[in-house]
Amino acid sequence: MTTAAVEVDGLTVRYGPLVALDGVSLRLDPGTVCGLIGMNGSGKSTLFKSVMGLLRADAGRVRIAGHDPAVARRRGVVGYVPQAEAVDWSFPVSVRDVVTMGRYGRLGALRRTRAADRVAVADALARVELTDLADRQIGQLSGGQRKRAFVARGIAQGAEVLLLDEPFAGVDKRSEATMSALLTDLAAAGCAVLIATHDLHALPALADEAVLLLRRVLLHGPVDEVLRPENLARAFGVDPLEQGRPV
Amino acid sequence: MNPLDLVLEPLSYGFMIRALVTTVVAAVVCALLSCWLVLIGWSLMGDAVSHAVLPGVVLAYVLGLPFAIGAVVFGFLAVGLIGAIRDTSRVKEDAAIGIVFTTLFALGLVLISVTPSQTDLNHIVFGNVLGVSVTDLVQVVVLGAVVAVVLLAKRRDLVLYAFDPGHAHAIGLSPRRLGALLLGLLALTAVVALQVVGVILVVAMLILPGATAQLLTDRFSRMLLLAPVLSAVCATIGLYLSYWLDAAPGGLVVVTQGAAFTLVYLFGPRGLVTRFARPGGGRPVVDAVVHGDRL
Repeated sequence: MTTAAVEVDGLTVRYGPLVALDGVSLRLDPGTVCGLIGMNGSGKSTLFKSVMGLLRADAGRVRIAGHDPAVARRRGVVGYVPQAEAVDWSFPVSVRDVVTMGRYGRLGALRRTRAADRVAVADALARVELTDLADRQIGQLSGGQRKRAFVARGIAQGAEVLLLDEPFAGVDKRSEATMSALLTDLAAAGCAVLIATHDLHALPALADEAVLLLRRVLLHGPVDEVLRPENLARAFGVDPLEQGRPV
Repeated sequence: MNPLDLVLEPLSYGFMIRALVTTVVAAVVCALLSCWLVLIGWSLMGDAVSHAVLPGVVLAYVLGLPFAIGAVVFGFLAVGLIGAIRDTSRVKEDAAIGIVFTTLFALGLVLISVTPSQTDLNHIVFGNVLGVSVTDLVQVVVLGAVVAVVLLAKRRDLVLYAFDPGHAHAIGLSPRRLGALLLGLLALTAVVALQVVGVILVVAMLILPGATAQLLTDRFSRMLLLAPVLSAVCATIGLYLSYWLDAAPGGLVVVTQGAAFTLVYLFGPRGLVTRFARPGGGRPVVDAVVHGDRL
């Protein structure tokens, strides 16, 4: 059995009296794209933060590529694509600057880049087809291009696990297809991709498997099975594909 | 009078040379730090820390310790108290900042009033750049150099912290430590700038240069060059104006920096007037670029 890319075992997180995650266990293998779905308050972002090591668990543990999360982070295993709202798009950095930040974990204290780092950044930019726009300020990209810039940062980093938070929010259909193809390629190269999303329509074309979350793991299986109306009803209370986007 | 005399005459006085060096050093250091403060959204925090260091400076004076130690201790104390009040009560952060820094500042005023010293309260509150001694000057230069070197050496990490602390954490850096580093440098910078413009106006030197530079460029590295140059030029002009107009030097330094900001805000490349004067009216530059190209 290969080492799991992400292994969550009996994870419980409480915020005061509120139980955000209750004994969550899941395993994500290298080379898979997994959708993490559930309504607001289902614990998606808590699970993300736990995998990133931003929260202390009340019980259970997380292993990333067989390592303790802190070790995995120092080794640059975890790549992260933030939600669009979490980024200051007027910040004076170029696309290349953002992608270069993926290399910082490998650089010395002054974070001076060497030739090999600049090549890795150029390669990552080429992978996401942003070479021509590399010197633009990050906010001067479209919604889809911005997401790809952050994916390129994960590529330059050499991340083995890529976490994406709502990657399709504010992204048009064509960009969504480009992004899906890119993530599928990354998975084919051995990366494990975990996507927290509301956008159930985008999942079948993209993900191999999905996790239905409501403080616990309700179901973890192939996408088409998870997306069956009777299963979604357990997580959302209604059939979100029929009713439009869940609130 | 020979125009050159306008520049040279003040320099025939030792106090003016000391004032000029102190002002330029403080202007440059404040400007470097301000690039991060305006991007993180820490302007109010800059105001808070620069006021809150006052009791620390007075206590350090009483105990015969370097001012910097008292300033850093009280800078962190202020930030800790603000966080504690915000997290453990229903008081929101802006109110917590207001409560902590005004109380500490007031404590500083009380301590000054009971401390026998030659230090005039007005000098600390409004600055005393024309009365800077050689010892003060050495302290300003040493502290300024320390802050500038640390900021420039850690600039990439600090930019990462300002832009995306989540990624900093994900690659094993500590956003908490980087934030603490910036706050420590802020407290030291407050001590430097206090000499020139006084406690009340320190915050102006900590915000204006970065905010002005931010309007002029899309590149952080250029901000880091523009802000100190602008700040130093404005500070020099302000000091000369104060000599020839016989008016408050600290006030004129800040008024000059404020005037520079106003000019850039109105007539800079993305300025209000510039945008509306352009054919096509007030359409933001960024929008035109995004919609102008394909996926």
